[in-house]
Amino acid sequence: MATETLHHDAHADEHEHHHDAGATKVFGFWVYLMSDLVIFGSLFATYAVLMRGTAGGPTGADIFELPLILFGTFALLISSFTFGMGVLAMNANRVGQVKMWLVVTFLLGLCFLGMEVYEFHHLIHEGYGPDRSGFLSAFFTLVGTHGLHVTFGMIWILVMLVQLSTKGLNDKTRPRILCLSLFWHFLDIVWICVFSFVYLMGVL
Amino acid sequence: MFGKLSLEAFPLHEPILVISAIVGIIGGAALLGALTYFRKWGWLWNEWFTSVDHKKLGIMYFIAALIMLLRGFADALMMRTQQAIAAGGSAGILPPDHYDQIFTAHGVIMIFFVAMPMVIGLMNLVVPLQIGARDVAFPFLNNLSFWLFAVSAVLINISLFVGEFATTGWLAYAPLSGIEYSPGVGVDYWIWALQISGVGTTLTGINFFVTILKMRTKGMTLFRMPIFTWTALCSNVIIIASFPILTATVAMLTLDRYLGMNFFTNDMGGNVMMYVNLIWAWGHPEVYILILPAFGVFSEVIATFARKRLFGYHTMVWATIAITVLSFIVWLHHFFTMGAGANVNAFFGIMTMIIAIPTGVKVFNWIFTIFRGRLELTSPVLWTLGFIITFTIGGMTGVMLALPAANFVLHNSLFVIAHFHNVIIGGVVFGMMAGLTYWFPKAFGFVLDEKWGKRAFWCWLIGFYVAFIPPYILSFYGAVRRMQSYPNAEWQPYMIIAFIGALIIAAGIACTLIQVVVSVRNRKAYEDVTGDPWDGRTLEWSTSSPAPFYNFAHLPVVGDIDSFWTQKQRSNEQAENTPYTDIHMPKNTTAGPIISVFALIFGFAMVWHIWWLAAFGAVGMLVSFLGRVFNDDIDYYVPAAEVERIERAHQQRVEAQA
Repeated sequence: MATETLHHDAHADEHEHHHDAGATKVFGFWVYLMSDLVIFGSLFATYAVLMRGTAGGPTGADIFELPLILFGTFALLISSFTFGMGVLAMNANRVGQVKMWLVVTFLLGLCFLGMEVYEFHHLIHEGYGPDRSGFLSAFFTLVGTHGLHVTFGMIWILVMLVQLSTKGLNDKTRPRILCLSLFWHFLDIVWICVFSFVYLMGVL
Repeated sequence: MFGKLSLEAFPLHEPILVISAIVGIIGGAALLGALTYFRKWGWLWNEWFTSVDHKKLGIMYFIAALIMLLRGFADALMMRTQQAIAAGGSAGILPPDHYDQIFTAHGVIMIFFVAMPMVIGLMNLVVPLQIGARDVAFPFLNNLSFWLFAVSAVLINISLFVGEFATTGWLAYAPLSGIEYSPGVGVDYWIWALQISGVGTTLTGINFFVTILKMRTKGMTLFRMPIFTWTALCSNVIIIASFPILTATVAMLTLDRYLGMNFFTNDMGGNVMMYVNLIWAWGHPEVYILILPAFGVFSEVIATFARKRLFGYHTMVWATIAITVLSFIVWLHHFFTMGAGANVNAFFGIMTMIIAIPTGVKVFNWIFTIFRGRLELTSPVLWTLGFIITFTIGGMTGVMLALPAANFVLHNSLFVIAHFHNVIIGGVVFGMMAGLTYWFPKAFGFVLDEKWGKRAFWCWLIGFYVAFIPPYILSFYGAVRRMQSYPNAEWQPYMIIAFIGALIIAAGIACTLIQVVVSVRNRKAYEDVTGDPWDGRTLEWSTSSPAPFYNFAHLPVVGDIDSFWTQKQRSNEQAENTPYTDIHMPKNTTAGPIISVFALIFGFAMVWHIWWLAAFGAVGMLVSFLGRVFNDDIDYYVPAAEVERIERAHQQRVEAQA
């Protein structure tokens, strides 16, 4: 309870107060993630319905290149691990290490995003853009929405790198790193669903 | 340079629009001029626009909702006028295209820009006070939510004079709303107004969910929370789980329209029924977002004015939770005629009827609360009694609609129109009017005039029945919804009666406006000095009226349901000797309004395909948000001496009156 501790002696309890506010922030971010999950749920449902709406165009089996996707998948999975290392470093109060792990995570995210941009560019170049069929609309939107999230996550990493350099680890930056780590792991879980449901089932 | 925007976008050939534009411009200019003349801009900006005080935000929501109510009701009057005239082949006063825009705008405005801000405004005003908190969990987001809503309301009003609004009906069913059948900008206005305000609503849902779960005062366990807070909690759960569906659905429609995708197109593998399913998977929970807090208001009002603890507190809570869950598994009853098959229709039909059970539990709880109570017939109580009767009738017509076999006949008929106005006016509007009257003193420090409040009630009640019994009757003769004209002249008398009903409701709205004016004029006589004008039961009545910006000098400690009531019964002694302490409060924020103005620019530019301006708006949003992120100067301490001064002044006023 954020304000209750103030009841006794506001300034002495300042630290405890901010600690509580941080916990509320992280809880709120969990709730936001759950609502974001509903967006992905809607897109997954739409994909399931439109999967067979290829309108004479290609099916998933025709266009998915699993080795490439697997490369991106591993880049993203490893990036979750590196972020976890970053949070451990934060708990040990090692700002330099936190920054280092964030940079590694950023680069792995960049690999993933590069894979996705290459895949999209390649498909559109072949004439299989999102306007080709209902299936491709659903595919591009579901995968693209995830990619957009990753992009925002990477912008957020940059922002945190700046804040860590200027402000260091404090009661404001710690909850933000925690929220960002939740966000990043969340995107990993969503991607595992995308990989299994869209790509693996697509080529079956 | 200006995308699709050209001089032709201004509807100079439509006299009704030109006149309302002129009136709007003159009125707006007069308002801006007055603000400048009286030097009120700084006050408005510092005290209101940038405020993170939940009570002020609640008031601003309500003011915006009342303004939008006038706009939405003007649309309703035009429709009633049109249908009263356009019988037997007569063209009436509105051409089809304009008429279609009006019924679309009426639905969108009444749900998104009247009912929603009233419900959210009331939650803002009341919930933190009821749970003994000093603010919401995320005060800045609360301000941002309000402004995102406000700029969406501005965007939808811009569509009146620049371009056109959608002609698709309030839910913009595909493929009619697709680019092929709606090539104009009307649907785009709909898209961006909903998208921007929808983000705000989702943020509000998260904010209040966290507030209620994390910020309750000492001793207030979940099952000691006031019923209004309970209904607000459930309503926010529904917001968090359903509004993202709307966001995703509208985004897919956007991609269809802007990038030629094929989600909801007739050919190329699209699926139009997917749109209808998705939009109602949000749309049906939405009606419970609106009605649950109204149920909460009635529960508070009836317990307070019957001077009894609410009958069946626990069953009331569980009924609310049951409705929250069921609200997600009934959506298909909006389109039984889709052809999903008998089993699917039977499932959704039965689920819909099951909702009547927890709702019935609630109705009996209210009735048993009145039973052997000492019910005082104040205007909030009148709204509640009117609600119990009207809503029960509307519920019964709802159960009739829930029968798939009957629904095949009633689908898209005036029966549906009469039914949902029956529950929305009888439920949500009555509830919000009751809540407005009940909590008005807590917001402003004086009560509303009772005489004009009762007049407003009777006009609304009688007007509702006169306006909506005729459509029930007409539906049995085969009258469908959204008719710009109809060949059967025998229907005209019913339409004229319905028009008269609308005029009576107009008188009700006028009564409310007069009520506010009269009350403001007599505010000295109506002053609520003690902060507890109704002999209330819950914590919001334990602080002064209007509540100080920090809500409570000492956070209350709760030991029971209706804790304030039991405390009053026990003793009158004040905890005067407890020393005051510094209070930690959030600072005002300029980021909320600034981000939202960029959102407005972005939305307008997207509507008109002005890409450079859209990019400017998007970058502006991002940069102003980052500005907020890098700002550490966001909170401060109110010194104990200042708290003491404010509290002493309040005590002196109370003692002077005693």
